[in-house]
Amino acid sequence: MATYSINVNGKNKSVTADDDTPLLWVLRDELNLVGTKFGCGIGQCGACTVHVDGVAVRSCSVPAANLKDVKITTIEGLSNEELHPVQDAWKALDVPQCGYCQAGQIMTATSFLKQNANPNATEIREAMHRNICRCASYNRIEKAVALAAKKMS
Amino acid sequence: MKNKNNITFSRRNFIRTSTLATGGLLVGFNLFNACKDTATPPIDVSKLNFNEFNAFIKIADNGYVTLYSPNPEIGQGVKTSMPMIIAEELDVPWEHVTVEQGNLDTKNFQRQVAGGSQSIRFGWDVLRQTGATTKQMLINAAALKWGVEAATCSASKGIITNAKGETLGYGDVVNEAAKLEIPENVTLKLPKDYTIIGNDAINVDIDKIITGKPLFGLDYKVEGMSYASVARPPAFGQKIGTFDATDAKTVNGVSDVIQFGDKIAVIGKNTWSAMKGKKALKIDWINDNKLESTEDHHNELNKILNSKKLNVRRDDGNVDKAFASADKIIERIYESPFLPHNCMEPMNFYAHVSDAKVHLVGPIQTPAGTASRVAKLINRDEADIHLEMTRMGGGFGRRLYGDFVMEAAEISNITKLPIKVVFSREDDMAAGIYRPAIKYRIKAALKNGKITGYHLKEAAINSNMYGLIPNFFPAGAIKNYRVESGNYKSDITTGAWRAPYTNFLAFAEQSFFDELADELNTNPVQLRLDLLSNVQDGKDDSIEYSAKRMTDTIKLAAKKSNWGQTDSNTYQGFSAYYSHNTHVAEVVDISLSNGLPIIEKVTVAVDCGIVVNPTGAKNQIEGGVIDGLGHAMYGDFTFKNGKPQDINFNTYRLIRMKETPIVETHFVKNNLSPTGLGEPGLPPAGGALANAIKAATGQLLTKQPFIKNLDRRKTDLNA
Ligand code: FES
Ligand code: FES
Repeated sequence: MATYSINVNGKNKSVTADDDTPLLWVLRDELNLVGTKFGCGIGQCGACTVHVDGVAVRSCSVPAANLKDVKITTIEGLSNEELHPVQDAWKALDVPQCGYCQAGQIMTATSFLKQNANPNATEIREAMHRNICRCASYNRIEKAVALAAKKMS
Repeated sequence: MKNKNNITFSRRNFIRTSTLATGGLLVGFNLFNACKDTATPPIDVSKLNFNEFNAFIKIADNGYVTLYSPNPEIGQGVKTSMPMIIAEELDVPWEHVTVEQGNLDTKNFQRQVAGGSQSIRFGWDVLRQTGATTKQMLINAAALKWGVEAATCSASKGIITNAKGETLGYGDVVNEAAKLEIPENVTLKLPKDYTIIGNDAINVDIDKIITGKPLFGLDYKVEGMSYASVARPPAFGQKIGTFDATDAKTVNGVSDVIQFGDKIAVIGKNTWSAMKGKKALKIDWINDNKLESTEDHHNELNKILNSKKLNVRRDDGNVDKAFASADKIIERIYESPFLPHNCMEPMNFYAHVSDAKVHLVGPIQTPAGTASRVAKLINRDEADIHLEMTRMGGGFGRRLYGDFVMEAAEISNITKLPIKVVFSREDDMAAGIYRPAIKYRIKAALKNGKITGYHLKEAAINSNMYGLIPNFFPAGAIKNYRVESGNYKSDITTGAWRAPYTNFLAFAEQSFFDELADELNTNPVQLRLDLLSNVQDGKDDSIEYSAKRMTDTIKLAAKKSNWGQTDSNTYQGFSAYYSHNTHVAEVVDISLSNGLPIIEKVTVAVDCGIVVNPTGAKNQIEGGVIDGLGHAMYGDFTFKNGKPQDINFNTYRLIRMKETPIVETHFVKNNLSPTGLGEPGLPPAGGALANAIKAATGQLLTKQPFIKNLDRRKTDLNA
């Protein structure tokens, strides 16, 4: 058990947890940030995706204790008053079905569009391939990423 | 008029009204069943009494409307579409409507169940009646205020207008309306006058979903609650022998380890400690009987297919004679594996059993039935059980079963702690209640270029196709027709999985028809149309589908997909199926690359009657079709000595973005009552894909998953 501080959504948070506790469970159980979802626990589904220094990371697969000097962003911190253009696109195209995977999808998409502002269809499909949507809202996810790219350019 | 304490009763037995303490009108009503005569709506919204009503409309004195939607939301969109129906007849602008989940439910409702794609179908009449009745009440109140005849007034978009052109907003007359008698015979709108139904309405929870607000069972928290991770027998047929919890108890955060039945719960102060503690348990699992493997299931199902003692489910004409006099008999066996549901949100539930009450919260499709099972299990009065539903991260049938609720209740009953049971993905995939493995043997008798006899045998694990399915197509279209079934009782637990039975039956039959079309030298689409022309709607009441609606649906799919007119690198497969009261036809377009089919596009035609919310409806179809393709292509789930061989997404393959086609959905336009969409898109998909692969390579795929059975040499050869 250790106490340490991590920076989440721009705020320093003190955490007391076992050293091996994945960031996912620190966010959900200790910091009450339940927007980040648990799907598989082994880095396979992307439901738990957050940003570490702007890069998409599977929070189920990294211990929070390793993230002391970085900036973590979760779905709750992605936008403030105004929605992020990716969230806007998600809304415009009515993407979600059950909605459970969507925070992870959005976090993957936002980090991807930061690296590739003008992606083609193949690049979008490649980038989103590792996020599972069991409801199979894939058509709309694909269109929403393209729409967001267009809006942001 | 019977008037007491502000509450007006009417002969109409599904609506009650009252004024609100805060000003405004509250209308309580019951979807799916009439409420008791004694039922009274609460005056205070914070005390909405879902014991007596399962749905409420609140109209505030500013005219804004809140609908407390009764059905659990599993992602099928009813939380948006059902309120749209009320709002249409109530005639308020959709922008003035907010929707809240009526999250509490108990014994008084027959159907607060999301399953079988039936919510919209059963709700249609009551929702319209309630909306229209409330609107008439508001008009009557305004007329009274003006001192004119109600018949001279009308209402639209939340505004009531009289003959002189004077207006009152709904909000201006809510307090008066609550005191009036409930009007009896109201007129419903004609579909041509709809302004909300038939227009896209974005999911009412969209903002919460895309900003990560707590919505799901897994997000539910109570101060001081503990978490439980449960060790269940890893193989079906096993029981607990001895166990040692010493190591588990030393895990930081673990507070207790308890045994209940053949399970052990590790209780921790957070999810991680409970999960870690479970991994540290040392358990000796034992079994009395031989544990089952996939090979055993194959043998047992084959035995059933070969047996003469099956259950006859439908038997038309003289099947034996048709086969005896056939020119040719075609016979095929189709096989599908068990499948786990794999809802994206793993099973979980919160329970707090105390002397005063039993508080249960979480994602469940069957709140009423589950509450009464919990009462029995822990020996409590049903009145003590207080069950709240949360949004569900997928259902697919899995959350019809309350096993995880029972576990939570039992653990809390023993420990008296507020606890949440959380399944890991491995727990979720290994816990059972799978889509049963099934084999079909289908035989057709051909004579003079016609199908003269049809004989289908179903061999399934644990149970068989439900009552109405033997009356689906091609029943009625082939004179001599027989369906038989039998099952093998297995230790592996099974249950409903999105479009139960038809999810695979449709594949088997629709692939078989394609082969028959080849055999008869007919276009596969034409073969279906010819068969449907043998059916006269309404002549035989037992026939479930409509030949006319199916024919129109098939024609629409053929037209929109340019059936038979694609370029030389595209191969098409066709399939059509009626299930859950909805008619669907699909055309899959594929190309070949490196010996594998690339699914490019699926054109879907759907007859679900009036389309309440087109964007939501299309979302369901897109999802159902890709789900169907994904499981036909990749869904593989085998057992060795009672143990499932894949328990997480590293080896269990679900369809992902790069493997998905574009799904293009077209609706047959008519003014018939709406039917559900959560399931019917799925059954035809696998068959349409198999037929496209056959068109491309000549390979007949009779076993799922295709990925395991594709003859890649064949696909290379033709590529
Ligand atoms: S929960 Fe982290 S990838 Fe699935
Ligand atoms: S919307 Fe349900 S898992 Fe993606």
